[in-house]
Amino acid sequence: MSKNIKLCKGLDIKLAGKAEAVVENAPMAKSYAVSPLDYENVTPKLLVKVGDKVEVGTALFFDKKDPRILFTSPVSGVVSAINRGEKRKLLNVAIEPDQTQVVKELKVVDAKADRSAIVEMLLESGLWTRIVERPYGVIANPDAEPKAIFVSAFDSAPLAPDYNFVLQNDKAAVEAGLAVLARLTNGKVHLSARKGDEGYMSEVKGVEYHTFSGKHPVGNVGVQIHHIDRIAKGDVVWTVNIQDVALIGRFVTTGKLDMTKVIAVAGSEAQKPCYKRIIAGAAVESIVGKVDAKVRIISGDVLTGVKTAHDGYISAGANMLSLIPEGDVYELLGWAMPRFHRFSVSRAYFSWLCPKKEYKLDTNLNGGERPFVVTGLYENYLPMDVYVAYLLKAILVKDLDKMENLGIYEVLPEDLALCEFVDPSKIEMQQIVRDGINLMIKES
Amino acid sequence: MGLRNLVDKIKPTFSEGGKLGFLHSTFEGFETFLFVPNTTTSKGAHIRDCNDIKRVMIVVVVALLPALLFGMYNIGYQAGIEGILPAFWFGFLKMLPMIIVSYVTGLAIEFAFAQKRKHEINEGFLVSGLLIPMVMPISVPLWIVALSTAFAVIIGKEVFGGTGMNVFNPALLARAFAFFAYTPQMSGESVWYAADGKTGATALEQLSTTGGMEWSAMDAFIGLIPGSVGETSTLAILIGAAILLFTGVASWRIMLSVFVGGLAFGYLFDVVGLTEFPAYYHLLVGGFAFGAVFMATDPVTSAQTNAGKWIYGLMVGALAVLIRVVNPAYPEGMMLSILFMNALAPLIDYFVVERNIARRKKLIKNVK
Repeated sequence: MSKNIKLCKGLDIKLAGKAEAVVENAPMAKSYAVSPLDYENVTPKLLVKVGDKVEVGTALFFDKKDPRILFTSPVSGVVSAINRGEKRKLLNVAIEPDQTQVVKELKVVDAKADRSAIVEMLLESGLWTRIVERPYGVIANPDAEPKAIFVSAFDSAPLAPDYNFVLQNDKAAVEAGLAVLARLTNGKVHLSARKGDEGYMSEVKGVEYHTFSGKHPVGNVGVQIHHIDRIAKGDVVWTVNIQDVALIGRFVTTGKLDMTKVIAVAGSEAQKPCYKRIIAGAAVESIVGKVDAKVRIISGDVLTGVKTAHDGYISAGANMLSLIPEGDVYELLGWAMPRFHRFSVSRAYFSWLCPKKEYKLDTNLNGGERPFVVTGLYENYLPMDVYVAYLLKAILVKDLDKMENLGIYEVLPEDLALCEFVDPSKIEMQQIVRDGINLMIKES
Repeated sequence: MGLRNLVDKIKPTFSEGGKLGFLHSTFEGFETFLFVPNTTTSKGAHIRDCNDIKRVMIVVVVALLPALLFGMYNIGYQAGIEGILPAFWFGFLKMLPMIIVSYVTGLAIEFAFAQKRKHEINEGFLVSGLLIPMVMPISVPLWIVALSTAFAVIIGKEVFGGTGMNVFNPALLARAFAFFAYTPQMSGESVWYAADGKTGATALEQLSTTGGMEWSAMDAFIGLIPGSVGETSTLAILIGAAILLFTGVASWRIMLSVFVGGLAFGYLFDVVGLTEFPAYYHLLVGGFAFGAVFMATDPVTSAQTNAGKWIYGLMVGALAVLIRVVNPAYPEGMMLSILFMNALAPLIDYFVVERNIARRKKLIKNVK
C-alpha cells in the first residue's frame, strides 16, 4: 500500500442542500434520451429512426470517426423523437420506454478473456463510451494502449454523491469492473480513495491503491494522475468513473446490460435532497418532480455540470442533479456591501468569519468579465504544477507549442473549475481550456 | 426599487440603436457601479465567488485612506497651521482639487477608450486616480497633474490595450513624466509646502546630502516630515499594508521582499561606509514604504509567479537603495527602481515559467 497523498491546495465550498443518505426509486420516466453532446468530439451517425423498437443495449448511433464506438439505448421501448438543433445537429435520441424492459442479448465474456474480446464486448454494449482518454478527455480510442487506467473512488465537488454509500452493495460489481479494466492496459489500474473514508475500496485486489486527503479538487482524477504518474507528451491514459466501473462489472457478472444507477439530487432548491435510483438518460422531470421556474437544474455538480431544464435529460456521465436558485437579480451597490449571505475566498468579504456556514449560492456571475488582473490566486486552487494564467493565455493566442509546454495534456476543463469559481475577473476558464483542447485535437 | 426602475427606464436610450447609444460603455459603467448586474453564468462553473475586480480595487482605495488622510493633515502641519482639525481642513482643501483633476482627466480618457473599443469600463483607474495625486508634491500646478495623468493613462495603459495589459505602473509613470518633463515644478525646496515662502529640503534630500536629517526617526515613522502627500507616514502606510495583506489583495511576498531587499542593501552601504545612518532610515523616508506597499505590489505590472515575486521584490528594494545612495543627483530611487523592475518582471517570470516547462519536458525523458 502506498502512502497517503495530502494536497494542501483547493477549496471545499459548503453549500446548503446536501443529499440525505436515503435512496428512493425514481418512477419510470416518460422518456429517456441518449445525446452525443454528453461526449467531447463525437460526430454522430444515426442507426435508428422515429418509431423503431429498441431494446436495452440496442445501438442508436455511432461515431463517424470510429464506427466501432456505439451509443446504446439504456431502456427498451420506441424511438419517440430525434431532436436536432441548428444545422440539423443531432441533440439527442429520445426513447419512450416499455412497461416491461427487454434486454438485448449481448455477447459477454469475463475478465479472463482476450483483451480484444473484452474490447469488443464493451464496444458492442455501449459501455466503451464510459472510458475517457487523456489527454483531451475524449472517448477512449480502442486501438490505443493506455499507460495506465485511473479510477477515483470519490468525488470532492460541492454536494457530490458519496460513492461509498451509492455503491455500498456493489462491491462485487466494482471488483469485477476493475478486473475487466485491468485487462485493457499493460500498466497498472490505479484506484484512489479518500483517506479516512475508504469504505471497501482498500480491500479491492489487483489494483494499485492510493489514498488522498485534502480539499476539492482532490477527488478529480486529473489531479490524482498528476500526483501518481503525470501525463507527459505522448502518454495516453484512461479514466473511468467509479459508478461506471460498477456498471461494467454488473454487466460482466450478470450478463445483462443494466444502466440503473444511484444519483444524488442535491442543492438548496431541491425539495428533498436525497439519493435516487434511476436509469441513465432519464428525463429530469421524473427525478426531481415539480420545480420552480427560478431554479437552475444542473446535470452534474455546480462547478462542472451542464445546465439542463425541467424538460431536459440527465447527461450520460452525471451522477447527480444540482438544483440552485437562478441569480438574475440586480444588487444595489453589491460590490461595496458586506454581503454576509454570499461566499468568497477573499477576505475582502466576510465568509472567513463563519467557516462552517452552508451557503445558498445562486448563479449570478457577481461582476463583469475583466482582463487578467490578479496573480498568484489561481495556483492556490489547482493542486498541479501548472501556471494557470500562462496556460490560459497560451490557449487564447492559439500557440500550440506553448500550450503543450505549459500542460494542456494534463488538464481538463473540470480541473480548472475551481479557479474559474474564485476568479474576480470572471474569465470563462473551462470554456477556454475546452477550446484549447479542441484546437489541439484539430491540429494533431 | 425606484432607482432600479429609473435605470431600466433610461437604459434603452443608451443601448445600441438608442439615441445616446454611443455612450453605451459609459452608461454601463455607471449602471454596474450602482448595481451588480443580473448576469448569470451560462457556461463553466454555475456558481461564482462574489469577489470581483470592483471589490478588489475598492479594498486598495480603502487601504490608501489612512495615508491620504494623514497626508492631508500633514499638508497643514507642514504649512504651520495650528491644531489638528484646522491643519487637516487646510490640507483637505489643497488636496481635493488634485484628486478631482486626476480622476476627471483619467476617467474621461478611460471612458472614451472603453467607448471606442466597446469594452466595459475597467476599475483600475479608481486606484491609479487616487495614487497619482498622492505621489505628487502638494504645490504642483493642477495642469501638470492633468497632463501627467493623461500621459500615464494613454501612453502607459491604453496603448497596451488597457487595464491588465500595461507594462508600467500608471501612477508611477505619471510621476516620472511630471518629474522629468517639469523638473522645476516637481523638485526643489519649496514644492513640498503648501504655504507661500516656506521652503526646506525633505528628509530624504537631507540624508543624501548631509548624512543626517533634522527630524527624529519617530517623526519620520509617524510622517511629520515634508514629502509627497501620501508617502510621508510609514505608520499610515503600514495600516494600509495590513488591510491589503489581510484581505489578500496584495502579495505579501512582494511587500516583504521589497523591505528585505532595501534593508539588506541599506545595511550593506552602512557597513562599507557609503552612508552614515542606519539602514532602516531608508524605509522611513521618501517613497520607499509607499512604493513597497502600493506600487510594487500592483499585480499587473509586477512579477506574476510566486518565485518571480521574491526576485522582483528583492531587486526593487535593493535597487531603490542603490540609486538613493550611489546617485547623488537624484535622491529618490524608489520610483525609478519600481519602473525599471516593471520592465524586467516579464523576464523574471519567463525564467520561472521556463523551469516549469523544463520539469514537464523531463517527464518525457523518464519514459524513454
